[in-house]
Amino acid sequence: MDGMDDLLAEFITDTYESLEQVDIRLVELENEADGTAMVNELFRMMHTIKGTCGFLGLPRMAGLAHAAESLMDRMRNGEPVTHEAIDAMLRVADRLKQILAAIEANSGQEPEGSDEAIISALNEAGSDVPAAPPAEAEADAGAAADESPMAAVAEPTGDGGASELAATAMTPKSPPKAPPANDASTKPAAKAEQEKAEGGDQGGDRSIRVSVETLEHLMTVVSELVLTRNELTEVMRHEERTNHKLALQRLSTVTGELQQAVMSTRMQPIGNAWRKLPRIVRDVSSNLGKQIELEMSGANTELDRQVLESIKDPLVHMVRNAADHGLEMPLERIAAGKPEKGKITLNAYHEGGQILVEIADDGRGLDVDKIRAKAVERGITTAEEAERMSAEHVFSFIFEPGFSTAATVTSVSGRGVGMDVVQSNVERIGGSIDVRSNKGQGSVFTLKIPLTLAILRALIVGVDDEDFAIPQTSVDELLKVEPGGPHSIQLIKEAPVLRSRDRLLPVVDLKSVLQLPSSLDEMGVPRNADENTRGFVMVMRARGLRFGMLVDTVARTEEIVVKPMPAALRGLEIFSGSTILGDGRVIMIVDPNGVRSAASNPSEAAVQAVNKQAEEIEAAEDKQLLLMFRANTKNRKALPISLITRLEEISLADAEQSNGQWHIQYNNELIPLVWFGNPPDPSEGERKPLLVMSDAGRSMGLLVDEIIDIVEDSVEVQIPSEEVGILGSAIINGAAAEIIDVSYFLGLASAHWFEPHMNRKLAASMDQILLVDDSVFFRNLVAPVVRSAGFDPVVCESGVEALDKLEAGMVPSVIVTDVDMPEMDGFAFAKAVRRIERLNHVPILALTGLIDEDAIQRARAAGFSDYISKLDRNGLLQSLRDFTRPRSEEIAA
Amino acid sequence: MSRQNKVIVDEAEGYVTAKLAGHWFALPISAVHEVFLLTRITTVPQSPPGIIGVLNLRGRLVTAVDTRQILGFSPAANELTMAIGIERQNELFGLAVDQMGDVLRSSSAEREPAPMNLDRRWREIVTGVQRSDGHLVLIVAVDRLFDNVVTLASA
Repeated sequence: MDGMDDLLAEFITDTYESLEQVDIRLVELENEADGTAMVNELFRMMHTIKGTCGFLGLPRMAGLAHAAESLMDRMRNGEPVTHEAIDAMLRVADRLKQILAAIEANSGQEPEGSDEAIISALNEAGSDVPAAPPAEAEADAGAAADESPMAAVAEPTGDGGASELAATAMTPKSPPKAPPANDASTKPAAKAEQEKAEGGDQGGDRSIRVSVETLEHLMTVVSELVLTRNELTEVMRHEERTNHKLALQRLSTVTGELQQAVMSTRMQPIGNAWRKLPRIVRDVSSNLGKQIELEMSGANTELDRQVLESIKDPLVHMVRNAADHGLEMPLERIAAGKPEKGKITLNAYHEGGQILVEIADDGRGLDVDKIRAKAVERGITTAEEAERMSAEHVFSFIFEPGFSTAATVTSVSGRGVGMDVVQSNVERIGGSIDVRSNKGQGSVFTLKIPLTLAILRALIVGVDDEDFAIPQTSVDELLKVEPGGPHSIQLIKEAPVLRSRDRLLPVVDLKSVLQLPSSLDEMGVPRNADENTRGFVMVMRARGLRFGMLVDTVARTEEIVVKPMPAALRGLEIFSGSTILGDGRVIMIVDPNGVRSAASNPSEAAVQAVNKQAEEIEAAEDKQLLLMFRANTKNRKALPISLITRLEEISLADAEQSNGQWHIQYNNELIPLVWFGNPPDPSEGERKPLLVMSDAGRSMGLLVDEIIDIVEDSVEVQIPSEEVGILGSAIINGAAAEIIDVSYFLGLASAHWFEPHMNRKLAASMDQILLVDDSVFFRNLVAPVVRSAGFDPVVCESGVEALDKLEAGMVPSVIVTDVDMPEMDGFAFAKAVRRIERLNHVPILALTGLIDEDAIQRARAAGFSDYISKLDRNGLLQSLRDFTRPRSEEIAA
Repeated sequence: MSRQNKVIVDEAEGYVTAKLAGHWFALPISAVHEVFLLTRITTVPQSPPGIIGVLNLRGRLVTAVDTRQILGFSPAANELTMAIGIERQNELFGLAVDQMGDVLRSSSAEREPAPMNLDRRWREIVTGVQRSDGHLVLIVAVDRLFDNVVTLASA
């Protein structure tokens, strides 16, 4: 009896495997001009299943396999391969899998049920279509005639499959009506290799089947051996006897080899996880009427069984998404000038001890604006923040639970369940996902996954006399921090940051994240890392974000054997596992993703923003005069002097309030007052500094607490702020300061004061101003000013980018460009623009920090219309008005 | 979830006894993996209550369980020294105790049910009481004890 059970179990495993193959071969068959080899193989597979089923007494399965075998036989003899035949065969494969599952569940009993619908579909498939050689056609007709009564009998029985039967019985009769809508072809690039490998299997006893448990056990034992070896090495380190040392060295080598060998038994080609994909793509294309080509390469890339298991479902999900959401309908594709047939490409390869899997489609790509809007709508972010975010950050929202921008939910996907699960599955095994996408050109999802879960190279770090392991793959850089050293921690609003290579890096203190006792002082108040902190900062990346993690000491790197977290501690997201060190101690492995989510400060937006800035910013060389002052909070705030018309000192008692807006008499007119934080209290009667700013004939006053200094420095906004009125933080004269967002205050003042004026401006057709400046600060500063003056600024970071836009057909009203820029300077840019005939009438204004006679001569020669100091904003606005007015009037006339 | 497992009580003839906060407890020998010294424990930051930490027992990871806290005793004044190793779902747990006792032979006839006025938390765990050498020994159902560990850990 037991022998029989074993036999059955083996049969079930075997048959599942061959049915997977059947799926693949069928889909291939449909797309192959000459499918003889595949038909032969399918015939063989079905024949084997039929034979074994007969032997094991499984009549239902045997019947199905027999009918399928007969169809394959007819095809072998020249009957054409039709879509219906493939459909019917796929249904057989599905039904066989169902029955197998039931047999497994029912301890060897075949479930009750009828398969006549499928069988008659098989028998009818292709029989309508006359085959090319007449002799065979006759034979076919005979066969069809023989079998048709069976179908006729089946129909009236009215079993569960009757409607199914009716449906399939209809289809073969109208083959011309079915256009090749679902022309899903698959071209596994590694097909040949795969077949070779299988050929090898059939060849002889080159491989044997070993149960997974045995392999797992082997792995555990080897892990223990590695640990014992490490422990022994530790003990012997102080031992002088050389004969012991030699033996230990041998043991060490052999252990290493054994470990490698055992690891290799756990390795499987990633192609095993791809097997289902051709079938899935075919089903999707069939359901949705899309044409999809699936290309796969790198199927032989090997990775750990366990890892493979964990990425199987995510892969299926992502490919399905690509087919459903990513690729457009054929008509849409044609309209977009793309080939009718969409393409999904899978590629796997090794890189730096990791495996990269790319899932690319050439579909419509991710719609940044749509995702942004959706994120705002769902309250994940604010509209303001979303506007500032990089596309990359916006894309990361698709991994939020329940996030879907699909307008309609299809049977395939779009319910907004999935990408979050995909991400958590991938992260659970220490991997990550990146998205790149260009609207209209498609998307690429890149999975980075570890080769194996069992062994990890890790940095052993110390915090408060406790050791932790940090996976080395997630550490980019290690910096020593000490007061007065090249790197030291600074505080921005109590948040520790580190300046590294002219970038600000948010610092997360591992001590506080782990809530170790020393993270609190005697009063129980959290102790923040500050300028005097000594230790090491590890620059890490998690979910595409860069941050620094502060630890006390870094001991060494070590190959560690990863053990799962004990069940009782599995809820701690900050650890991904544990390990036993050479000295026998147990330590925890820190999960960078967990640290990132556990660190509430700095906020995600700040971390993200730093990254964006870090990638964009090159240190701006332009130095400028900055007014340093304090207002509302203790932090130093900075504002370019060029924006300030005058400094005044006023008494609040002189201020007047109407309609919730404060005003003060200035130069015989009432100007609106704005301030940071809470409204001023006029009863205090104290005198406060007032920064008067003027813009296009309107003025406003910004109340501050204290003027500190005027300094000259370059400004580089590093951490955009979430606080209104603050553009972000920058390092000025060696310390952090907040840069004021003037446009916010202008808006605040004009909201009450200038509203009618603004509306009139906006109502007129806006003149487009092309703004070219390599300095992020000036782009941030000039663009809002230009916008608030009623123009529509289009911002470019370089002359090259601007030329691209112009060559693509843009005709701005005025071009404003910085003169000193890397690569292509303002003169070269102006000359290039002047070569475009269509833009001859467009004035080009040069912005520069330095005006002298020589420069003006050169500017004229290059084709500039005017030359304006960078700091002269009124001059710029006046110039813009002058250059746009005549044209508007021409048009009006 | 361990409700499905049969509560291990009467099948065992012998019981391992241990003293904790002045009380004697007995666990069926069949449930006890081994008894070992609690040394070189790694405390895990942010671990749930009832968990002392983890340690390495000849290459195996052991979760040290603060039995006092689970049973509602005040923390031990002195260092915990001994632990009873119990295997649960392929993981080894070490129940910290103050002192190990002798093996207790017991048959159901010698046992009395847990008194009604026992603390509710204890009544769930203690399946019977037996007199031995002039003191009372509380016989503990291991699975129920672990239910408590799980509830504490997930709380």
